[in-house]
Amino acid sequence: MQREKNVPNESATQKNRAAELVRSEPKIELLRELVAHLRQNRTLLREEWVARIAEAQLLTAMTQEEIFAEATSVYDSYVAALETGTFEALQAYARNLSERIIPRGVETHEVVGIVLLLRDVLARSLFAKYQTDFEKLNRILDAYEPAANRIANTVAVGFVQERERVIRQQQEAIRELSTPVLQVRERLLILPIIGVIDPQRARQLTEQLLRAIRTNRAKVVVIDITGVAAMDVTVANHLVQTVEASRLLGATVIVTGLSPEIAQTLVTIGVDLGKMNTVGDLQGGIEQAERLLGYKVVNPEQGPGEGR
Amino acid sequence: MAADTQILITSDKDVVTARQQGRAMAQQTGFSAGEATLIATAISELARNIVSYANQGSVTLKPVHGPNGATGLTIVASDSGPGIADVNLALRDGYSSSGGLGLGLPGVRRLMDEFDIASGAGSGTTVTITKWLP
Amino acid sequence: MQVPILKQGGVLIATIQAALSDADLLELRTALVQQVVRYRSTGVIVDVTAMDVMDSFASRTLLEISHMIRLRGAPTVIVGIQPEVAFAMVQLGLTLEDIPTALDLEEGLAYLQQKSRNIN
Repeated sequence: MQREKNVPNESATQKNRAAELVRSEPKIELLRELVAHLRQNRTLLREEWVARIAEAQLLTAMTQEEIFAEATSVYDSYVAALETGTFEALQAYARNLSERIIPRGVETHEVVGIVLLLRDVLARSLFAKYQTDFEKLNRILDAYEPAANRIANTVAVGFVQERERVIRQQQEAIRELSTPVLQVRERLLILPIIGVIDPQRARQLTEQLLRAIRTNRAKVVVIDITGVAAMDVTVANHLVQTVEASRLLGATVIVTGLSPEIAQTLVTIGVDLGKMNTVGDLQGGIEQAERLLGYKVVNPEQGPGEGR
Repeated sequence: MAADTQILITSDKDVVTARQQGRAMAQQTGFSAGEATLIATAISELARNIVSYANQGSVTLKPVHGPNGATGLTIVASDSGPGIADVNLALRDGYSSSGGLGLGLPGVRRLMDEFDIASGAGSGTTVTITKWLP
Repeated sequence: MQVPILKQGGVLIATIQAALSDADLLELRTALVQQVVRYRSTGVIVDVTAMDVMDSFASRTLLEISHMIRLRGAPTVIVGIQPEVAFAMVQLGLTLEDIPTALDLEEGLAYLQQKSRNIN
């Protein structure tokens, strides 16, 4: 009786030992075998993948030739990542690919979708190949799955990051468009500020103005804040910094339209209004700017030829 | 996400290395050229402090993710030098770097979104600063 | 790494490259003062167009250069500060005080010309 009981135990132990021996087969060998299989069947698997992409109606923004070209690159990068176990090259490729396809209107779910489809196509082909050897299939999948998942992750994250970068750029461009810096004369820029300014917009205005000073070689800038109702201390600081930074670029700043309230805020943060160039209104500011630049101001009574 | 990078700081040449790498990583993280300059400038100041006051230390650049999925860059400047006896004094604006008197810490704080400092007489200094993508 | 200093008439022009070490900056300070004396220069331009970061040390050294050369009776003009660098500088509180600045070399030379005309 006992012996009979022992027999199943013994064979179980034997089986375990056999499994242990087999499990100790290095993962590297398995991956190598896997990669060889994927390379051998490259044409076939890639075709199948492209077919499934079309079936799932992904990448509709691209032509067949484009899809084929990209599919080839993705397939090769995928296999290379599996082979080397390193993902830097794949990351770089993912960023590159994203830069190309985002302007074409390809969306995140499409990129995630096609990478997952590739993972499935490759997994299925592994099932087909090792269907007679369940143990081996399990081990191959143990080696394949974590790597495949990491690849999917890397590509998706790369795409999303690139997309976010593009969106930020577009937002920046929109903000710039909404506050033009005007060049009215050679070497003279006007920046009319209207409405509410938050610290982020203030910072963006400063950067925009400084770039404009450089591009237009401006020597005088008139910042008109007539249209600004109120300014908190943070934004007032930004204004002062803008004046100082402009000076570092060789430009003089004239601030016009300073309301008594804003003047008070500036004094509160320690600005010496005596040192800041301020003029009551925009017209007056422009005239002073022209004087600074060496233009003579023409009075209506005088004829042309008096000024420059 | 890229891995952390650590730069050993022992001479003023390392200050240049640290800020160049900081700029590169900032741009890689997605910061604009202007923001990368701010970050590089902050790193330059902190690395310089290490060289001036502690002889040796390190600057570590860490890409980070914050709550709500924000992405940013954290820089840790650390040394085991003499430390700052009175941290509050060093952070007061009278100690700004414009006169060349102090450690530039108030300025560094203005450049970044987050600023933290741990220091004490005889126990070294660690400054941790972070900037987030808008 | 030595900073090249050109002589254009009575003006010395120092062009700073990126990645300048502290030692290089101090070397520049010494070299400029020496050359101002040797050539009896009437003005100095320091071109920082290639400088990608201006920190407190660089700012302090430029101030020192300006003051030392001023003792020799010559003005120093800093030209070529990049927009992003200017922005970072003011955040850090580095305003280069009373040193004249200009957009680029051309503007810097024009400034020095005008200054010498005004004096005469």
